[in-house]
This record gives sequence, structure tokens and C-alpha cells, in this order.
Amino acid sequence: MSLLTVQDLTIRFKTDEGLITAVEDVSFDIEPGEVLGLVGESGSGKSVTAKALMQLNGWNTVYDPASKIILHGDPDVDVLSLRRERDMLPIRGGQISMIFQEPMASFAPALTVGKQMVEQLQIHTKMSKAQAKELSIEMLDRVGITEPARRFDQYVFEYSGGMRQRAMIAMALTTKPRLLIADEPTTALDVTIQRQVIDLMKELITDFGMSILFITHDLGVIAQTADRVAVMYLGRILEKGPVRDVLRTPAHAYTRGLLNALPDLDNLDAPLTPIPGDIPSPLERPAGCVFHTRNAELAPGSRYETEVPPMSEVRPGHFAALFPEDV
Amino acid sequence: MIPLVQIDNLTVSFPIGRRVFGPPPMLKAVKGVSLSIPKGSFVGLVGESGSGKTTLGRAILKASPISEGKITFDDGTRRYDIGTMSKAQERDFRTQAQLIFQDPYAALSPRMTVRDIIAEPLELLGITNTREDTDARVREIAGKCRINLEHLRRYPHAFSGGQRQRISIARTLAAGPKLVVADECVAALDVSIQADILNLLKQLQRDLDLTYLFISHDLSVVAHVCDYVAVMYLGEIVEEGPTRQIFANPQHDYTKSLLAAIPSLDPDQRSRVVQFERGTVTVEG
Repeated sequence: MSLLTVQDLTIRFKTDEGLITAVEDVSFDIEPGEVLGLVGESGSGKSVTAKALMQLNGWNTVYDPASKIILHGDPDVDVLSLRRERDMLPIRGGQISMIFQEPMASFAPALTVGKQMVEQLQIHTKMSKAQAKELSIEMLDRVGITEPARRFDQYVFEYSGGMRQRAMIAMALTTKPRLLIADEPTTALDVTIQRQVIDLMKELITDFGMSILFITHDLGVIAQTADRVAVMYLGRILEKGPVRDVLRTPAHAYTRGLLNALPDLDNLDAPLTPIPGDIPSPLERPAGCVFHTRNAELAPGSRYETEVPPMSEVRPGHFAALFPEDV
Repeated sequence: MIPLVQIDNLTVSFPIGRRVFGPPPMLKAVKGVSLSIPKGSFVGLVGESGSGKTTLGRAILKASPISEGKITFDDGTRRYDIGTMSKAQERDFRTQAQLIFQDPYAALSPRMTVRDIIAEPLELLGITNTREDTDARVREIAGKCRINLEHLRRYPHAFSGGQRQRISIARTLAAGPKLVVADECVAALDVSIQADILNLLKQLQRDLDLTYLFISHDLSVVAHVCDYVAVMYLGEIVEEGPTRQIFANPQHDYTKSLLAAIPSLDPDQRSRVVQFERGTVTVEG
């Protein structure tokens, strides 16, 4: 059985210019022990989707009544139906943890790293201070921080960039969450450090058996970490499926466009092919398939300009937003 | 052939804090670097954060202090010694060498129209004298950078990241520089737009006879656009050579570890990172 089911998630924001649709009809499952990659460019709605899983979006967020985010367990919980902060608490930081792009901004600068790790354990578990400290140091050691006992009493500014991200991961894992949301966790890091953090996360999946929702704009990072991938554009999932299948034989024109735009190190003579046009403003969402305005493969007057294509199964487990005749 | 820019044994140091007695300790951001940038080339400068690549780029534009060594700019008709320029020479040099910034959201004033943004360097450097001249020059450069001329009256907030970066490039090129230092100019952009901007830079190089120093942390981008690459680590150039040679046959362990760390698009292919002992930047005094 799945760990989490997201069904017809539609998220709008109230702004001065009216309601803006950030996410539209997004559905996906996360299986236990699986890494699901969520790729998309800026403004595609990937972070908003992830934050919805913990109700972390701002006060001006409007969830469509049909949207469901079900955390399976005993009993199943619909996260969006929880109204009180008190009810959110066991989920936020307990069952689901999140790590962010900028680790410097995620730690309080005036408290030691250790104090912050202990604090969250006391909120989410019944551990004593001494137990919490012991577990925190053990976890810092586990993520590869040398001299964890000394580092425990230091402040974030004394950590290097890679070490901060490791400490974030350690902190997110001490409460033994069932799902870890990683929002661009390697984007601010240098490539060599990025590689170390990716390796660490893969090890932790094997050790802890949790699921990860891995959000990034970097298809290379997805290829190296995810089991399955979902490609988002302007708030919609345009393609999803097993990572090998999607990257090797992409079915949707947008996924192909993204792959072609990437510089290829094995073929330096290949021209770089940008996706034509610019991302439309969220205030002027195109009708029909959201990508049709930039899709050079479509003939003028095609169905995609007016009708929203369904998610059609291209190969077993591999879906794309295409009409059945194009599959 | 005389290079456009010749850097000899350049050192840039910054003081750290203050001392009551004696000089403060100095951090050497760039240590004894020599590099020549031939006319019409696309030279890449790669390295991780803290390697000194930005400081080196800024030193060429006289935006960071030159502690030791010499930088000369020579395009055949004019010659500048960057370290010892007079104010008048410096003003003149600004028309010859310009910088493209990383973040097109921060680089453009929200209170100026696109036309004014592009026209500002022309007016400040006294390149055009009448409003008609300025407008003509702005339209010419905007056209070259594929900016819709209808958009010149709008403000930057109306544009996407890619369009903003095109405006930013037009501003950089307005004064007609020979040398352009592009500091991480595609790092903040989405991949689909990144390819467009890189193609534009290449096109402009042919049209306007430009020489680029392209600073980037992204090796795959550098591999595609540059014809010569220098790899910086802890303030020093550890390896340099023609792009193909560096990527096909890297010599230094640091270059090897950088190349190996790039995530492959093939999920089944995964090269191990070459073990590399990291050092630290030295502080003296």
C-alpha cells in the first residue's frame, strides 16, 4: 500500500490581482521506501505542492475542496482536512520532515545546532534531554560530521556549507519520519559537495527505509537519486513514470525539450536547443494543455489548444499528458 | 599575437578585521595568477565557491584591489595598465571592458524603463551627445539582443528571467566594449532559457567581435561555449588549456574530481568521485 496519496490537488493564491492558480489537478502516490523526484523550472509549482503536504503554504492559500492529501496509516489522515495547529503537530516534523535549499536560513543563528536538535526531539518524542542529546550526537556522527560531540555545541556559522546541509538532514531524521521532503537540497552546494550529499541521502534511504520526495530543477540529480519522476510545468504534471523510462524515452514534448536544452558533456559539438518562447505569466494561464504555447511540435489548431489532455499510459507505469491518439 | 588581456603574477589580498598595532592579517583571494586572454576568444574560468574566480574577474575590471602583479589590456590601438590607470584613462577603459551580472532580478533598477536602463551607460560615459543618438544606439543594441522594441517603454518587473538577462546584456554591450566579463550569467536561469542566453552570447561574439571571460561553476556549460578553460582552486589556477583537452584528459586531481562529481543523466552510470584532500585559503600575518 502507498504511503501517501495526492489526489486532484489544486492550489490557488489570493492576491491583489485576483486568484492565481499555482497547482492544478496534481495526483501522485509515494510508495514506502521510494524516492519520487519532482522536477520543474521556477514557477512550476513543485515547492507549493510539497509545502501543501505539511500545510506550510501562506494564509492566502486556497485549496480546492476536491483536493485530497491522504497519509496512509492507522487510521488514514487527510492532511488538508486538519484545521487546528495541534492536529498538524504529529505530522509536521513527526511523520513528515522537510529539508530546504538554504541550510543557513533553516537554523536559528543565535542558538547552537545541538540545542535546536534537542528542542525538536522534545516536541515530537517523550525523550529526556540527555537521551535527546545522545541521539542527536549519534545522528550527527551518522551523517558524516567529524567530532560530533564538539560540533553539537557549535553555531551554524561555524559549519561549512556541506556540513550545514548534513546537519539539516540529521535533524530531519532524528524523529524517524516516514516521509522526507527534500526541497532543492543540493542546489546551493558546489558539485563535489553535492555529490557527497546525494551519496549520503542514498545510504540513509537504505538504512532508514523512509520515502523521499526529492524536488529539484536538475535532471542529472534526479537521474542519480530518484526511482520515479514527475515532471511539472505551470502547476501541472505533464509526465510521470520510472526514472529510466522517462529520461531515456520521454513521451512529452516538454520533457524532451528540457533534456535537449541541457549541455551534454559527451558531445561538445551538439548545439544547445532552448525551448522556444518564455514561461507565460501565472495570470495568463494558457487554455488546453499548459505547454501548447511553447510546443513547436504541435500543428496550429490542434486539440491541445482548447482541451486539457488526460494522463495517458504510454508504457506500464509511465504516464504523459497526451490524447490517446498521440500515445 | 598580442593577447587582449595579459595577467602576470597577480595577487589580490583583502585585510581581515583590524589591529591596533601593525597591519591586519591578509587573506589572499588570488595568489600569483598568470593568464592571457587572446582577442576574440571565449575563455572559461571555473572553480567552486571561494576559489577566487570572481575576484580575478573583478580585478581585470579594476573592481578589486591589485596587491601584486600586473594586468594589461591592449587592443592594438589603446593600451591600459589596469593597476596604474589615471582617472581619465579609467573612464576611457570603462567603454572597453564591461561586466554581465549573475542575477537579472537584482541587476536592473525597478524604477527605470528598459530604454533608460540600456541608455544609462551611454549617457554616463558620454558616448552619445543627443537624445536622438542615444535612442538610435539603444534600438540598435536592443535589436541585436533580440529585445522586442515595443518593450523599451516598459519596466523590468513585466519580464521573465530570460528577458531580463537579455536586457542586462544589452546594457552591458551598449557602450561597445571589446571585453566582457560574464560572472555566472546563466546560473540563476532555468535550463530552457539558459541555452537561449548562451546561444545569444555566441551570436553577439560574432556580430560585435567580442572577447569573453566566462566565469562559471558549471563545467558542462563551460564545455559547450568556451574554447579555452582555466580551473581555479584556492586562489590559484591549477590547470588551463583548450577546452577539449581539459575535458578529455584532465591532469590535476581537482579538475578530475570536479568532472566526476557532475551527476550523469543516465541513472545506471555513476562515476566515483576521485578522492581529493581539500585545503583552505591561507591567511598571512
